[in-house]
Amino acid sequence: MKSIDWKPPLLVLAVLLGALLLIGSPSTWFTLTVAGVAMGLLIFLMAAGLTLVFGLMDVMNFAHGVFIAVGAYVAVSAMKLASGAAGADSLLVNLGALVPAMLAAALAGGLLGLFFERVIIRPVYGQHLKQILITTGGMIVAEQLIHVLWGPDILQLARPAALKGSFLLGDMALEKFRLSAVVIGLAVFAAMLVLLNRTRIGLLIRAGVENKEMVEAMGYRIRRLFVAVFVAGSALAGLGGALWGMYQESVTVHIGASMMVLIFIVIIIGGLGSVLGCFTGALLVGLVANYIGFLSPKVALGSNILLMVLVLLWRPQGLYAVGK
Amino acid sequence: MITTLLSGDRMGSRALTAILAAIVLALAFAPFIFPGTRALDVAAKVCVFVLLVASYDLLLGYTGIVSFAHTMFFGIGGYGVAIALSRMEVGWAALAAGTLAALALSLALSFLIGLFSLRVKAIFFAMITLAVASFFQILASQLSGLTGGEDGLTFRIPELLRPRLAAYYLVFGAALALFLALLRVVNSPFGRVLLSIRENEFRAEALGYRTVVYRTIANCLGALVATLAGALYALWLRYTGPNTTLDFAIMIDILLMVVIGGMGTMYGAVIGAAIFVVAQNYLQAGMKALSESLKGAPLLPELFHPDRWLLWLGVLFVLSVYYFPRGIVGQLRAVR
Repeated sequence: MKSIDWKPPLLVLAVLLGALLLIGSPSTWFTLTVAGVAMGLLIFLMAAGLTLVFGLMDVMNFAHGVFIAVGAYVAVSAMKLASGAAGADSLLVNLGALVPAMLAAALAGGLLGLFFERVIIRPVYGQHLKQILITTGGMIVAEQLIHVLWGPDILQLARPAALKGSFLLGDMALEKFRLSAVVIGLAVFAAMLVLLNRTRIGLLIRAGVENKEMVEAMGYRIRRLFVAVFVAGSALAGLGGALWGMYQESVTVHIGASMMVLIFIVIIIGGLGSVLGCFTGALLVGLVANYIGFLSPKVALGSNILLMVLVLLWRPQGLYAVGK
Repeated sequence: MITTLLSGDRMGSRALTAILAAIVLALAFAPFIFPGTRALDVAAKVCVFVLLVASYDLLLGYTGIVSFAHTMFFGIGGYGVAIALSRMEVGWAALAAGTLAALALSLALSFLIGLFSLRVKAIFFAMITLAVASFFQILASQLSGLTGGEDGLTFRIPELLRPRLAAYYLVFGAALALFLALLRVVNSPFGRVLLSIRENEFRAEALGYRTVVYRTIANCLGALVATLAGALYALWLRYTGPNTTLDFAIMIDILLMVVIGGMGTMYGAVIGAAIFVVAQNYLQAGMKALSESLKGAPLLPELFHPDRWLLWLGVLFVLSVYYFPRGIVGQLRAVR
């Protein structure tokens, strides 16, 4: 394997240390860092599929936000069904409600992804303009259908009882839900790294990103691989949407579209097609958003754009450029 | 003379000529044919959106670049007029100052965005413009001291434009003139180069045209016309707010109008905008009747609920991208 380019991780480290200096109080810094990492990992969940799909097949899916929204809405319905278990006092019973809800969200995202790939995107491979138009159109229709099925109102998505509130660690407050988000995000990232670096399928995916034609020439059906990656990415987006809905404790149909902006920024920063870049970019965006939100709330909203501009000035192809 | 006015852009179909003539005549005499404030509102909105959609068509249909920041320029025009008229003494000087400042800002922004991201793939440009536009939207709602935040700005307009008739004919005349100017642009040698870039960028570059330069100019032109459309819309509404100018929903509307009307045809903008705005205002009544007649059936009443009109236009949009890539205009021309 190629040696890893260490400069982007060092940049994350520099951001962490710089923020510590600027904020001063270590306990505040720690709370913000946990929040930033949690946010970053959730964004990574939602963005990873999109960037891999682009890397593999040169397809940019502007309807990716719909998978996020569907995941969140399915989670709302599932948690409502299991509201008894979700409200109980024991963590284990809570998990009995949470885990099926998350799986249902991922399943819904994956199924919708399969439908999108087969019906909407397949006829427009290789035509960027049409891809953008058609996926935007698909997004309009799907958002309207969500309105039809779940109604136009804002829905509440309560966290399970055991994940409400926060721990106190000395004078540092740690929200339980954020910690769980960090755990889930890291677990998915680890699983993805193992899959990509230690299995045959992962090898084929990485090879496909580098040079699609060569993989095909070796006799592998890259189309089939691509469908699998697309569905897996949509499922992750559904899962991420469910977690993000819980993070905010409410769900509207715009949850997906508003995340899309952040996701685009993350995958542009990371370098289109690169998973490692997507991870680093997501962490950077999450951390910077939280630090700046604390240091000067007025600037916070523009901080992501600013970050993107700075990164692109440094590396115009993103942190980890994928060779094409 | 008409051919000269239209810059020699042939209609290519009798039916198309008839429809266009009907729309233009209806708009020209709207205050007399359709009485009532609401009808005049619809007519003015059609004029503004024809212009806005035509300027977007210059980018999407003629140059082949997808921008999601078109509403941003539309909004800059609206806010420029609104801020100038609500802060300065109401009059032509304020109007001119606001419009010029808005044009300057749009030019600078579109130039920067173009220079920064038009060198690379279409997808990259689309993503960057989406991010920038959403940032601008947040900015407009945050700088509430200047822009009135979520409430927007209500303002008074110069004396001469206060009668609705005068305001309408300003909107109509300006939209018509600018539309003809856009026709002139796409039928000029410059426009032909844009078309060649859309068809085969590599070849255009090989023939010696610097594609980045042409794309950037097209991007700036589109932005400037969108800014003017925004200024006209603000003058008509006497109000500018995030919901009338910057909302992402308007961007979606523009896309629907361009694609359904016909990309890369300019006339498609007229037809698309007319159909869309009329549907927006009158389709809901029809859907309401349909929805009520379907009461009792599962799911169907919700599918035809008046608020779901966008669903059906969305379906139409997807179908047009697949099956009629040149939209209504293309279909009419194919029939002859």
